[in-house]
Amino acid sequence: MINALIDKFVKRQVLAVQEFTELLLSSVRHAFSPPRYLVDTLVQMDVIGFGSLPIVVLTGFFTGGVLALQTYRTLSTFGETGLLGQVVALSMVRELGPVLTALMVAGRNSSGIASEIGSMLVSEQIDAMRALGTDPLRKLVTPRLYATLATLPLLTILSDFFGMLGGAVVSMSTARLSSAEYWTSAYQALEFEDVFQGLTKPFFFAVVVALVGCYFGLHTTGGTEGVGRSTTRAVVVACVLILVLDFFYTKFLIAAGFF
Amino acid sequence: MNPRAADTSLPRDGAVSSTPVVELRHVSLAFEDKLVLDDVSFRVGAGETLVLLGVTGSGKSVLLKLILGLLKPDAGEILIAGQNLVPLSEVQLYPFRQRMGIVFQEGALFDSLSVHENVAYRLREEGMTDEAKIEQQVREVLRFVEMEDAIEKMPAELSGGMRRRVSIARAIVSQPAIMLYDSPTAGLDPVTAHTINLLIAKLRDVQRVSSLVVTHRLADAFALANYTYSAEKQALIPASTDGGPGQRVPTQFLVLRDGTAYFWGSTDELTVAQDPYLRKFLA
Repeated sequence: MINALIDKFVKRQVLAVQEFTELLLSSVRHAFSPPRYLVDTLVQMDVIGFGSLPIVVLTGFFTGGVLALQTYRTLSTFGETGLLGQVVALSMVRELGPVLTALMVAGRNSSGIASEIGSMLVSEQIDAMRALGTDPLRKLVTPRLYATLATLPLLTILSDFFGMLGGAVVSMSTARLSSAEYWTSAYQALEFEDVFQGLTKPFFFAVVVALVGCYFGLHTTGGTEGVGRSTTRAVVVACVLILVLDFFYTKFLIAAGFF
Repeated sequence: MNPRAADTSLPRDGAVSSTPVVELRHVSLAFEDKLVLDDVSFRVGAGETLVLLGVTGSGKSVLLKLILGLLKPDAGEILIAGQNLVPLSEVQLYPFRQRMGIVFQEGALFDSLSVHENVAYRLREEGMTDEAKIEQQVREVLRFVEMEDAIEKMPAELSGGMRRRVSIARAIVSQPAIMLYDSPTAGLDPVTAHTINLLIAKLRDVQRVSSLVVTHRLADAFALANYTYSAEKQALIPASTDGGPGQRVPTQFLVLRDGTAYFWGSTDELTVAQDPYLRKFLA
């Protein structure tokens, strides 16, 4: 009986990976043939991108600030508070900016996508869409994927900037660094490899944020309770996948000699 | 004992056409280990009405979804105007779906779109861009279902009966030849249910669409079978069988039991059936 349970569990996970991969390939493919739902894509860019702006800015600002606060204590021991700008910039651009932005956007939007699509599924709106001649993947999934791909990198840039700004505020108020000292240190520390990894990560994270939400939404069962479950699972899985993907992508870049 | 085998070769009372618009041949479907439909066969001719009766869970709604191609059967054929839909891909099914309209149980209106946009949805998907023409057609069908005043409202602002009426409008905007109704009066009060029945009969009798109506309300089923729509009185009148005004529309009944076609026959055959299950069902 345990073997049967394990067998069923493993098969379910393999099927989930297969279905997710099919969802990814079809949603990418749909952008290259009509009908294309450009208006829906623009609407989603507003919802996902502009709508996430406040939390991304706040997250970036306070992350940079607390990073400067915590690092100041250690650096002051060695009399190297002048390195604060460098520490905040490298941490934000390489890692904290992309990852925390993706986590915030996943928390806000993967859940929103899963609950919206899940609600549509349980109320037969997806069936109605198919009955009226619309491919739900083209109409619902592809716009969300491309909207997230377009906006998450931009949000990451903003998060990086506001993170460095937060670090600057703390550096100038606590460490008594001058603005020139901080920003020069921050600017000079950044190299192409840092910016490259910091700006390529959001594209992978965007796929996770959009498609995990869509996947769980489209596989909702069990009425309104099922919608709640899908929403929770979407956020949890998206966040875990972002962290796992970040680890392996970083490892890959190191192995490939990027830094 | 099964009182009547669902045999497509037997002549149907009131059959008006030899080419059925909808035909199922030995259709079976199971979800995981549960057999939902087992060797179901029936046909619906042009202009005919088929009422699907059965207890909850007997597979009625699943049948409608199979006909629309939203589900694929494990066995059997589903023919629309002689063409088997089963081997077709989702994209190949679109032209067939254009000939069919469906009213889902709770209406299934898109809740982020207004009534206007819900009804216009199919027209836009079919490529219509002339806003004036879209507006005209939308208002026409909303007038038909007496919901023109609610054109700018959102679905959340509508009552259950109003949502059903808008759902009917959305289904008929492209003038389908076949209408599928999934429990159109479920959860409605008797007055509102009568309004929905009147609309179904109006569509059937004025536009001569073929109809498949899923219901577990016998009163509604027999109302559709025994009454026709009078354009003069704008009401349902008892159907006649003598060739006069209000000629009875050919209506078949299909009773499902545990996923099988337990009875398939005319209104008269059903009412005189002596089978204990049918008598209990009709009681």
